[in-house]
Amino acid sequence: MGVKGEGQGSVILTQLEWLVNWGRKSSMWPLGFGLACCALEMIATAGGSRFDIARFGMEVFRPSPRQADLMIVAGTVSKKMLPAVLRLYEQMADPKWVIAMGACASTGGVFDTYAVVQGIDRYLPVDVYIPGCPPRPEALLHGILRLHDMVQKGIARGASLRG
Amino acid sequence: MSEEPKAVEKLQEKFPEAVKEVGEFRGQSWVVVPREDLLKVCEFLRDDPDLNFDFLSFVCGVDYFPREPRFEVVYQLYSTKTHSRFRLKTRVSSQDATVPSVTSIWPTADWHERETFDLMGINFQGHPDLRRILLPADWVGHPLRKDYPLRGPESIS
Amino acid sequence: MEESRTETLMLNVGPHHPSTHGVLRVIVELDGERVVDLKPDLGFLHRGVEKLAESKTYHQFIPVTDRLDYMAASYNNFAYCLAVEKLLGLEVPRRAQYIRVLIGELNRIFSHLFWLGTHAHDLGAMTPIFYALREREEIMNLLEMCCGGRLTQTYFRIGGVAADLPEGFVEKVRQFTSHFPKRVEEYETLLTDNPIWKERAVGVGVLSKQEAIAMGASGPMARGSGLALDVRKTNPYSSYEDFDFEIPVFQEGDVYSRYLVRMEEMRQSTRIIDQVLDHLPDGPYLAEAPKLVPPPKERTLTEIEALIHHFILYEEGFKPPVGEVYACVESPRGEMGYYLISDGSPKPFRLKIRPPAFVNLESLATMTRGRLLADLIAILSSVDIVLAEIDR
Repeated sequence: MGVKGEGQGSVILTQLEWLVNWGRKSSMWPLGFGLACCALEMIATAGGSRFDIARFGMEVFRPSPRQADLMIVAGTVSKKMLPAVLRLYEQMADPKWVIAMGACASTGGVFDTYAVVQGIDRYLPVDVYIPGCPPRPEALLHGILRLHDMVQKGIARGASLRG
Repeated sequence: MSEEPKAVEKLQEKFPEAVKEVGEFRGQSWVVVPREDLLKVCEFLRDDPDLNFDFLSFVCGVDYFPREPRFEVVYQLYSTKTHSRFRLKTRVSSQDATVPSVTSIWPTADWHERETFDLMGINFQGHPDLRRILLPADWVGHPLRKDYPLRGPESIS
Repeated sequence: MEESRTETLMLNVGPHHPSTHGVLRVIVELDGERVVDLKPDLGFLHRGVEKLAESKTYHQFIPVTDRLDYMAASYNNFAYCLAVEKLLGLEVPRRAQYIRVLIGELNRIFSHLFWLGTHAHDLGAMTPIFYALREREEIMNLLEMCCGGRLTQTYFRIGGVAADLPEGFVEKVRQFTSHFPKRVEEYETLLTDNPIWKERAVGVGVLSKQEAIAMGASGPMARGSGLALDVRKTNPYSSYEDFDFEIPVFQEGDVYSRYLVRMEEMRQSTRIIDQVLDHLPDGPYLAEAPKLVPPPKERTLTEIEALIHHFILYEEGFKPPVGEVYACVESPRGEMGYYLISDGSPKPFRLKIRPPAFVNLESLATMTRGRLLADLIAILSSVDIVLAEIDR
């Protein structure tokens, strides 16, 4: 494995955690999950050769929540859609992370109306917020790399609704 | 956009009692008819060979709260033959916000009427499947009414 | 012994499903593999836009329109601005009209490209999406150069456009139009005569001409069903009568003919763009109407009147006359209309949007009944839906 115990056992544990985190951040599979305008920029990031998310080991957008560990909430969450979003999140296996992409997912954006959830963080533990309406693909990549960094450092451990 | 003043004249000639009000703004004309005459006027507009309004662009409701009759239902028509457009309206009061459904004349009215029912709370008599279309089935109230606040009646957590 | 009997199966597709192009739910009743009936369930992206319009001034609402049909964002600006200008009786300078046509047609190609990629992807062809997204990025670069935004451009203003075309833009667009028709050929070599593609598309999801009229279908849906409807031709706006282009019409009304219509439309749009560039008139890009149109920024720094107009327009907005108008354009999906009622206050009294995809989607059940479940995916993506526009 390449992990050598040097001295105390606690060192081995730390090293293992580093290795596990490295594995988690390097093979993060997002859920193919688009809600509104931001989803198009997400597709441009993922599907277009210009930005090519495969560079970060993330090109496998999974259609099933069971196989995904990152939810990119890309777009406006309406009150009618909210139960479906929460169910998808709960169907994902632990550890799992959430990125709120764009103004709508972060705060409701310009749609301060009766039908729109004013920020998905009222219901889900969000790890990274990406501003923009919609954010550019570079911004999404930056947000994803921030998350990778946080996972590697053990800051974002992949929260769960069940606590 | 070419409009159709001919439609107004034809309607006045054919249904002198039904044409209650005629309007015109920036070259676009419309006619207000009572809801009792709505179906026969619609049928005439569609079937008359000169007018031939066979295409319904949309149906929508307008709320003039607190004025009575409170609601106006607007039918925007288009002819695939003459390419002219025309607007037909009818008014209903808040106590009896019901209009006959035009789905039998233009099948496309189905979803438009469901939407008007959902957001404006106007009933369409004779509609095959009048349910909410955009909002969840258990939603309370009709958001496009003027007395419905923009952020909804109760603030959500 | 008990009698054997058959039961139909209710299948729930969506609201989270890769082929619904967003958050659409379709409840399908199946007999084996055959679709007996289906009921679309909408509203998962209902954002209350029509209500929101009543609380914003006419200028403030422009960016919200972008977020309706985000596949061709500027086309929403186009329809909305035309409606407000008609309400005001405001004349748009010729240069601005031409620029609008240019941006609008770029948006049309842009939207059709994304449609082509996802449609082919839904039917199992992987390659076209990479080709289509490649050209789409080129258009995004052009739009970004001109408007500063990639997807939601908000370039149009009431009375014209936000700024003049940047330096070097015309040459960049010419570069694009010179090679783009060849790229369309390239897509066609992948799909048009491909037997697998034809097997999935020819004769699938037929909508007859009569049904198309009765169901209010417009855009490529109507033109694929033999209806020569195109607002650019039938009720020209923004100087479309100046340009020479054809509207492709196919009679079969199936998924394949809708595909052919859109492929041809991309070529026609390129033609229109070339003509705009050839005949781009000089002059102002914004109407001269101080009470309605904000003055250029430079003037607000030097003239007190311009500064006052600037403040009043941004603080209070303008007060249009009492009245109501309906203005429509040919968006990439069909007749997109804005019905606007003014009560003389600075905010719209009522704004009704006629979304073409909403009406086109209504025919889904008519087209799918009796077909296989796999055909549902083909038919659904051939409608070219944008849920934000459908649900508003």
